[in-house]
Amino acid sequence: MPELATPAVGTGAPPGRLGEFWRSYAQSRGALIGLALVVLLVLLALFADIVSPHPPNEQYREFTLTPPAWDPGGTSQFLLGTDPVGRDILSRLIHGTRLSLLIGVISVAISLGLGIVLGLVAGFFRGLTETIIMRVMDVMLALPSLLLAIAVVAILGPGLINAMYAIAIVLLPHYVRLTRAAVIAEAGREYVTSSRIAGAGVLRLMFNTILPNCAAPLIVQATLGFSNAILDAAALGFLGLGAQPPTPEWGSMLSSALEFIQRAPWVVTFPGLAILITVLAFNLMGDGLRDALDPRLKR
Amino acid sequence: MLAFLLRRIVLIVPTFIGVTLLAFALIHLIPGDPVENISGERGMDPARRERLLHEFGLDKPLPVQYIEYVGQVLRGNLGTSLTTHEDVSTEFLTLFPATIELAFFALLFSVIVGLPAGIVAAIKRNTVADYAVMGVSLTGYSMPIFWWALLLILFFSVYLGWTPVSGRISVEYDVPATTGFMLIDTLRSGDFGAFRSALSHLILPSIALGTIPLAVIARMTRSSMLEVLREDYVRTARAKGLPRWQVIVVHALRNALIPVITVIGLQVGLLLSGAILTETIFSWPGVGNWLIHGVQSRDYPVVQGGILLVATIVITVNLIVDMLYGVINPRIRHA
Repeated sequence: MPELATPAVGTGAPPGRLGEFWRSYAQSRGALIGLALVVLLVLLALFADIVSPHPPNEQYREFTLTPPAWDPGGTSQFLLGTDPVGRDILSRLIHGTRLSLLIGVISVAISLGLGIVLGLVAGFFRGLTETIIMRVMDVMLALPSLLLAIAVVAILGPGLINAMYAIAIVLLPHYVRLTRAAVIAEAGREYVTSSRIAGAGVLRLMFNTILPNCAAPLIVQATLGFSNAILDAAALGFLGLGAQPPTPEWGSMLSSALEFIQRAPWVVTFPGLAILITVLAFNLMGDGLRDALDPRLKR
Repeated sequence: MLAFLLRRIVLIVPTFIGVTLLAFALIHLIPGDPVENISGERGMDPARRERLLHEFGLDKPLPVQYIEYVGQVLRGNLGTSLTTHEDVSTEFLTLFPATIELAFFALLFSVIVGLPAGIVAAIKRNTVADYAVMGVSLTGYSMPIFWWALLLILFFSVYLGWTPVSGRISVEYDVPATTGFMLIDTLRSGDFGAFRSALSHLILPSIALGTIPLAVIARMTRSSMLEVLREDYVRTARAKGLPRWQVIVVHALRNALIPVITVIGLQVGLLLSGAILTETIFSWPGVGNWLIHGVQSRDYPVVQGGILLVATIVITVNLIVDMLYGVINPRIRHA
């Protein structure tokens, strides 16, 4: 993204592209809240070992199902209470942030990378190649996302890594379609023709000339893909098809405590809240990015 | 018009072939072959294995197997469940009404709440009402529905005791399943208590499943209304001195609804996806629950058949929505 590479300009001078982008982005309060939350989550994930009060898998047997600190039965030692085997919920949630963001990063990176390549190839070469790639993407889009993810997990077997692959596959068609559409729109432009005449090879044309000009919608879609990835990973974890216990993944934390929901609602409430806040943050940021990067979509 | 409809129908043929390829590949991509999966942990002597492979047609070349598979599918034969030994398509058809009933009420809930909410947000743009609707819909859109369903159960079933926790009807009622739709069956049986029980079992799952479509519909209605309210014909209607409600309902809403109807139609895929989670939580005996059990028990004929059928339904509904859109909006037809 060339915009982001340009250094910000000091006061007095007209705003640079980054400054312009930021001014547009900061107009939306929701977008700012989303960004702040995302930064906070990233910091939590990075410093999970330092921030969390207890190790995530340490079992305090004498403190099983302790309510949160504000409850009369709670203790300040475990702010959000403990789970059925006495693990500190807050610490597990903080470590879960790391997993959720990792799931987001890896699945979006895989599908974005693969999607860009397939989309560039389809948009650049057209013809039979394009038809085959786009038909396959149509089939993938015809399946409801969670169902496709479940089908992939059924093939690969349950587990965190396979869940990431499954989610990457689910997200893939969106990036392929976006890239292809942008490439087709850009390929006929004069700067591409002149670059071709100047002797640029196919790879250079695809990645250096055309791709940077298709980046805006991809960045927006990647951010929104993040929230989908986190939501689907949690759903897979909840269904027992994603991360397996004792991994502190939010979805599987929720499902493993399901039988205690009446006696100890907090074991179910907080992991869900963590998922909601994280997904909401990325959705807010994605909406803000879309408005700032692609003014045509702004209404 | 006919040409448009035919073109759309022809276009889904490759998609359908792709779905059958995916379902076919599913069985062949899983670790081990189907015969091994049947024999389980015990293992099997090589002669019996050969015989079974031959019996299932698994010793033939892959393209031949695929063509035979499609032939079976077209004849409605989707194989037999490894756990219940029942015909997969029969099982699906028995359970599907429960999913339709749930999805229908979820969609009804999302339209009844989402449409007016979107309209109010558009008319009262940049007011507290607008912010509230948009805030709630953004939250709804980001909601992990399995968690939302649990919160609903905790509050309405456990804390207030208003609604049942799970299932389709209380155990005390034994209603003969003639249509498979519990509400219709209970009405036909004439037992009002059973009908009430079935209805109360539907409320929470419908709300849980309908929340994301509600958010999508509210957002779409709002932006579509905002666009239409700027149009010249709306200004003309106002200038004529028509009452405000008439301008909004008759002139603006009718046109604003066109994209909204498409979005409503496209929720079917989302509803079937969500049904997997909702049915699991509410122990709702539908196809979502059945599919998950199939995956968990490695019942591959169920997974294969289920995925094929659900995908076919989604493709068909999307096709119908697409065609309806062409009927409503002539500009699409001639594009």
